Amino acid sequence: MRETAETPKLFAPAEGIAGIVDRYGGDRDMLIPMMQDIQADFGYLPREMLKELSESLCVPFSRIYSIATFYASFRLEPPGEHRITLCMGTVCFLKGADRISRAIQREFSVGPGGTSPDGKFTFCPVNCLGACALAPVMVVDGEYHGGLTVDLAVNLLRKIADAGKPTEATRNGKKKERGSKKK
Amino acid sequence: MSTVATGLKTANDLEQYRRHLLGERDPRAHRVRVCVGTGCTAKGAKGVLELFNRTAEEAANDGVIVETKCTGCHGFCERGPIVVVDPGNIFYHGVKREDVPEIWRESLTGGRIVERLLYKDETTGQVAKTPDEIPFYKAQHRIVLAYNGVIDPTKIEEYVAVGGYAALAKVLTSMEPKEVIDEITNSGLRGRGGGGFLTGRKWRSARDAQSEPRYVIANGDEGDPGAFMDRSLMEGAPHSVIEGMIIGAYAIDSSQGFVYVRNEYPLAVQHLSTAIAQARELGLLGYDILGSGFDFDIRINRGSGAFVCGESTALMASLEGRVGEPRAKYIHTVESGLHEKPSLLNNVETWANVPQIILKGADWFASLGTEKSKGTKVFSLVGKVKNTGLVEVPMGMTLRQIIYDIGGGIRDDKAFKAVQTGGPSGGCIPARYLDEQVDFDRLTELGSMMGSGGMIVMDEDTCIVNFAKYFVGFLKDESCGKCTPCREGIAQMLHILEGIAKGEGKDGDIERLEQLGTLMEDTALCALGKTAANPVLSTIRYFRAEYEEHIREKRCPAKECPGLFNYEINRDVCTGCGLCAKKCPVEAITGERKKPHAIDQQKCTNCGTCFDACPFSAVVKV
Repeated sequence: MRETAETPKLFAPAEGIAGIVDRYGGDRDMLIPMMQDIQADFGYLPREMLKELSESLCVPFSRIYSIATFYASFRLEPPGEHRITLCMGTVCFLKGADRISRAIQREFSVGPGGTSPDGKFTFCPVNCLGACALAPVMVVDGEYHGGLTVDLAVNLLRKIADAGKPTEATRNGKKKERGSKKK
Repeated sequence: MSTVATGLKTANDLEQYRRHLLGERDPRAHRVRVCVGTGCTAKGAKGVLELFNRTAEEAANDGVIVETKCTGCHGFCERGPIVVVDPGNIFYHGVKREDVPEIWRESLTGGRIVERLLYKDETTGQVAKTPDEIPFYKAQHRIVLAYNGVIDPTKIEEYVAVGGYAALAKVLTSMEPKEVIDEITNSGLRGRGGGGFLTGRKWRSARDAQSEPRYVIANGDEGDPGAFMDRSLMEGAPHSVIEGMIIGAYAIDSSQGFVYVRNEYPLAVQHLSTAIAQARELGLLGYDILGSGFDFDIRINRGSGAFVCGESTALMASLEGRVGEPRAKYIHTVESGLHEKPSLLNNVETWANVPQIILKGADWFASLGTEKSKGTKVFSLVGKVKNTGLVEVPMGMTLRQIIYDIGGGIRDDKAFKAVQTGGPSGGCIPARYLDEQVDFDRLTELGSMMGSGGMIVMDEDTCIVNFAKYFVGFLKDESCGKCTPCREGIAQMLHILEGIAKGEGKDGDIERLEQLGTLMEDTALCALGKTAANPVLSTIRYFRAEYEEHIREKRCPAKECPGLFNYEINRDVCTGCGLCAKKCPVEAITGERKKPHAIDQQKCTNCGTCFDACPFSAVVKV
């Protein structure tokens, strides 16, 4: 399955696993939200944390592992410095998201769900961000960038890789720059 | 957060509170509403709102009263950021930070209109001042989306002021649970999430189920790519969903509810959490709601990125903290669902319809729509259409009205090819059915389905094989793998489709796809697998010739499948700028500077880089 967007952070980092378990009153039904909270704190699911969670809830480690690998939003590896979420929904697909995806993979030597060798980017193609009016759309570190072309997307990421922060001009990167000759 | 300190103890308190809120409004105030839905926010709406806020604060010292507020999605995301000024309901689109001072000076305080930011119809040239004058809104009938773009979704006061929770008060004070179920049944409301099952009948089954406790669940795991009505609803009017759920819980005697929201929708999670906390604070959730003796509370669970969790049994497995694998539904979830207890699951749009039906009556709702599909439906009209966005129309409107009158027709005035409805479980409907009415049954007859209401418009440049391949690829990734027909069947279908798209298709491939599709329909465990072949079967049904052209002539008529067409440079248009030659990864393009260039077809890999790079559209597909 594909990766999905970042788990939203709803709480301040808790004091370790005990805090997270307490937050849900130790309810095993809330195993997935607990794991989401761990990921929100650490950016991924550290193995030792999952072990501790398994012991604390008396839930087999294998079950936790099966959940961590079944749901696409869980990561078992630390993420890169910046997180790219590229929408691969139907509309974005119709408007060339797969070409943008290929370009990003080529440009930063990163596979879907993987992290670039320099640790700059973690690349997550997702199913649909529900922002179809902005298609093709990409979220970088929580910020939406719509109306992309291959060039706009790659340039934006290059700038982020170089400087860190996207500029206003690229953020509002408008469509229509070359929209009139879509295929 | 709510400004109310104490909870409401009776229905009368609620009404008093509503009057108090209305009385508090300054009649002299001018108001500006800024849409902060995901679409507008991405285009910079937060900055616009912040500037309005700051200006309003500064102006307050001079005695100028301007109220600013953020609202949920207006639906016309194409034209965001959207700003509406009251009095006058003046609709400005594409507003940037730079425009704020002018709107402030001219419109808010001056009472004039900033003409250049008004909507102008491309074809007629007519300028629209208010949303009602814009063709995109004119033909819509907003019930579910009525509060989107009007109220601030993060303030329960605003929802109460427009009559929110009045339906709940009515139910708790004057209706027996059975009467509530009858009302919903008589309205003819059908599930908005895909299946189109009669909502009232589902409620009755849940009520009649013997076991206890009973659960109420809202499905906000909007997984269909290309659909975002549930997101907008949860972001823009979360209280409508919550109110619907409380009414449903009262009807079936449940005290615990769950909202399952997609992980990709952080703003929806945030707004729902706020809304639930506020409803609790006001005494609309929790113990003894409005003094009726009825207890109910709601918990939010976030999805974790699995499409299959939109399926009811998989969703419930996920709520129990397990992997989201569906089970066979010999016993319905209304009898044995979450923790093997009766569980009433409805889509968020279905829930949002409930308060309106209670307030305005089943007859009113049943007067809208067609014989067997009542009320309205929200569609996300997207793809190659001019006006992208959310539209809510009465059932029975024709596809042509939706796509042309509301959607403004096809982008760049290309020809309409097909519309895909129902997401990955739906199908494609070709141009000859444009005048068909849109309702549950008619769409099914046409080989597609209503689904959650995605409507993806394709133009002549969309290859139907590639499109079907996209959906099958999507489903291959999302199949949970529990049952063999789905896990293996989809992979085989994708394999065949990939062959066809590469020009390696064989005679008999189409028949094999049909056979596989029918097999999966008969044998797969859940709806995901049963309907997985729909995108393929419906496109074969209407576009068989296009499949055959790929297979027999190795040609892609829409010129989308790499290798089944060539790129060439139009010598009359080429200026010889050399950009394409510079970008070509295989050095297939040559030519003298300022002279027309040419592509060496032997070297060309059909990557399309030159096509994207050419600023003069001189690279053409042949």
